[in-house]
Amino acid sequence: MSTVASSTRLEELGRSVLLHRDPTRVVVSVCNGPSCAASGAGQVIAAFRRELKRAGLADAVDVKGTCCHGFCARGPLVVVHPERTFYRQVTEKDVPEIVDTTLAGKGVVDRLLYIDPATGEKIVHEYDVPFYKRQLRILSGNNELIDPVKIEDYIALGGYSATAAVLDGMTPQQVIDELKRAGLRGRGGAGFPTWRKWQACHDEPGPQKYVICNADEGDPGAFMDRTLLEGNPHSIIEGMLIGGYAVGAREGYLYVRNEYPLALQHAAIAVRQAEELGLLGEHVLGSDYSFRLHLIRGGGAFVCGESTALVASIEGRPGEPRAKHVHLAENGLWDRPTVLNNVKTWANVPIIMGRGAGWYSQIGTETSKGTMIFSLVGKIVNTGLVEVPMGITLREMVYDIGGGIPNGRRFKAVQTGGPSGGVIPEEYLDVPVDYEQLSRLGSMMGSGGMIVMDEDTCMVDIAKYFLSFCKFESCGKCTACREGIKRMLQMLTDISEGRGREGDLERLETLANVVADASLCGLGQSAPNPVLTTLRYFRSEYEAHIREKRCPAGACRALISYEIVADKCNGCGVCRRECPEGAIGGERRVAHVIDADKCIKCGACYQACRFDAVRIGGRDHVHASCS
Amino acid sequence: MTTAAIDLAKTDAALAAYDSAEGGLVGLLQDIQAEYSYLPREALERVAQRTGLPISRIYSLATFFKAFSLEPRGRHVISVCLGTACHVRGAGVILEKIERELGVRAGHTTRDGRFTLEVVNCVGDCAVSPVCLVDGEIYAKISVTKVDTLLKRYEEP
Repeated sequence: MSTVASSTRLEELGRSVLLHRDPTRVVVSVCNGPSCAASGAGQVIAAFRRELKRAGLADAVDVKGTCCHGFCARGPLVVVHPERTFYRQVTEKDVPEIVDTTLAGKGVVDRLLYIDPATGEKIVHEYDVPFYKRQLRILSGNNELIDPVKIEDYIALGGYSATAAVLDGMTPQQVIDELKRAGLRGRGGAGFPTWRKWQACHDEPGPQKYVICNADEGDPGAFMDRTLLEGNPHSIIEGMLIGGYAVGAREGYLYVRNEYPLALQHAAIAVRQAEELGLLGEHVLGSDYSFRLHLIRGGGAFVCGESTALVASIEGRPGEPRAKHVHLAENGLWDRPTVLNNVKTWANVPIIMGRGAGWYSQIGTETSKGTMIFSLVGKIVNTGLVEVPMGITLREMVYDIGGGIPNGRRFKAVQTGGPSGGVIPEEYLDVPVDYEQLSRLGSMMGSGGMIVMDEDTCMVDIAKYFLSFCKFESCGKCTACREGIKRMLQMLTDISEGRGREGDLERLETLANVVADASLCGLGQSAPNPVLTTLRYFRSEYEAHIREKRCPAGACRALISYEIVADKCNGCGVCRRECPEGAIGGERRVAHVIDADKCIKCGACYQACRFDAVRIGGRDHVHASCS
Repeated sequence: MTTAAIDLAKTDAALAAYDSAEGGLVGLLQDIQAEYSYLPREALERVAQRTGLPISRIYSLATFFKAFSLEPRGRHVISVCLGTACHVRGAGVILEKIERELGVRAGHTTRDGRFTLEVVNCVGDCAVSPVCLVDGEIYAKISVTKVDTLLKRYEEP
């Protein structure tokens, strides 16, 4: 192995990048992640370029369109570096004022600051915002400093220096040992120790081995992998580069979900740029190690999150899994030894190699090290992407970071692990989040989706939702999954539509256990989890559906009706205008009435009424809305 | 359905960029679908012929993966997101509303060929849910009452 060559080459590269950079230079970082883009971030970026030119500042200030900063609920976000002045919900029209006040002058645009709802105080700096304060953003924090289509941005932050250090001074076995000391576990969901996979593949003989990155993020309600790949693609490439070196693979595959066109585009640009700089290809950084990376588009099948199904799909076969006793480390892609890891797992690797296992293993709990990225969505004030050390409690996630439940509603449950996970009720909010604790509660870490539910969410409906997802996504190879899920869904549908019978819950449990035991792959084995956990924690809600033909949350449409309470209705007409079916009648200033035959139970009137006059028949008492 | 003659030059161009050793067969079909908006039988036969793979193998992929359609799709494709965040915020009734307005169920194309209605399990825009996409363009925080206006944008003269 050639030595010093690698670090010298990278140093030269780094110097040429940093030569053009001034750490005190003003950079306007505009979040152009999925949610901000949908709220007009693109126009904000264009407006900054235009306005800076007008103010004669085009050469003095850089404008960076970056990927997700995390605080999606308040997007589009603008952060002015190096002070990290933080503006939220910025529109095109606000830009001239920011340019004149903050960039031309040194002032702050008061009205665009974030107001802490707890204290009512305005917060100037990003790091003081409560949403960010409790986080530890070692993987996602660089997103706002990186223009994802510029490799220089990654190198300027020390990117690829871990690769240089590994190639210069570490044997493959030393890399694996370091990973073992760090205690990194798979971030795809199951939490298998990463070093073990690597060691098994490393120990296999043969010149041809592969590493694969699973970026086929299919969990509904999850966008962590998308954000990393769109926002910082080089961190994943670097992880794979180091992994390939450790296990002896000269080729890698980056398997990206087809529904993420921007992630595909950024990954393709990143691979090309890394090739141009000699970071991928023959003789990486002048060493003896060569590594090629291929980009593969997924075909849109959730089951391809299952490693053997993903491999089949790369090989050009339908994505059907095979029995787990044949390990990928021995017989993987094209029957060669293969290591497959999730996006976040790979992105952790350069950080561990760069900062050392000692530093890394101090973060987290006894058994779960490092940080975890969650997409915090659903009935939560601060929807967004959250990175926290393992071991934080669910309560801190939901209330301190997430800002609690909107509209004065009450927390009911949090769902983790996607269709493979389960719901966790309020009484366990103080449980620390790690792999073991979540499994103990019947859920799982999963890939990082965290969906918050309030009292308007029906647990029978949620179980039904995830089962219909799994029924749709089951590849059909094994009977337990293909038929079992279908029958369970049928029973849940009956229950939610008022046809439930005594004994259904026991039958459902029996069938759920059979499907879990007899299915071939993880999809079928874990598909019953949402049913089993909702039954475990919210059994009485099921019973109300069966015995009283009533949906206590007011969500199952076959069991509810919308009514207008005449005493509370002042005939303002808002609901009448909002009703898409013309089902509401009544004179102005006289109490309105809903025509039950025309009503499609869409809930538009319920949401529109500001006088609490629309009532859902059949539901439990609801906490008074404070809005 | 009678289909116009298929221009196979586009299939050949996609085949030229295909490297079987790198495992891009699914990607090849995606390239072909991007050209025609669906996978025409003639194109799949050409793929089988050029790659030497049996046509059944090509069809096993074309029918397994959701990304593929064997029928021509509408001039506009509406994808309603049914991810969990969208679901708990009422995506179901929005889908039903669009189905009623267009007179087709999800997975189908309107008779005039104007719209294909599809569902997607999460596009990752959970913070602005519920969402739907029309021809890849995202519409955030949609509601039942906004559906009419949304569809009118794609009205044709």
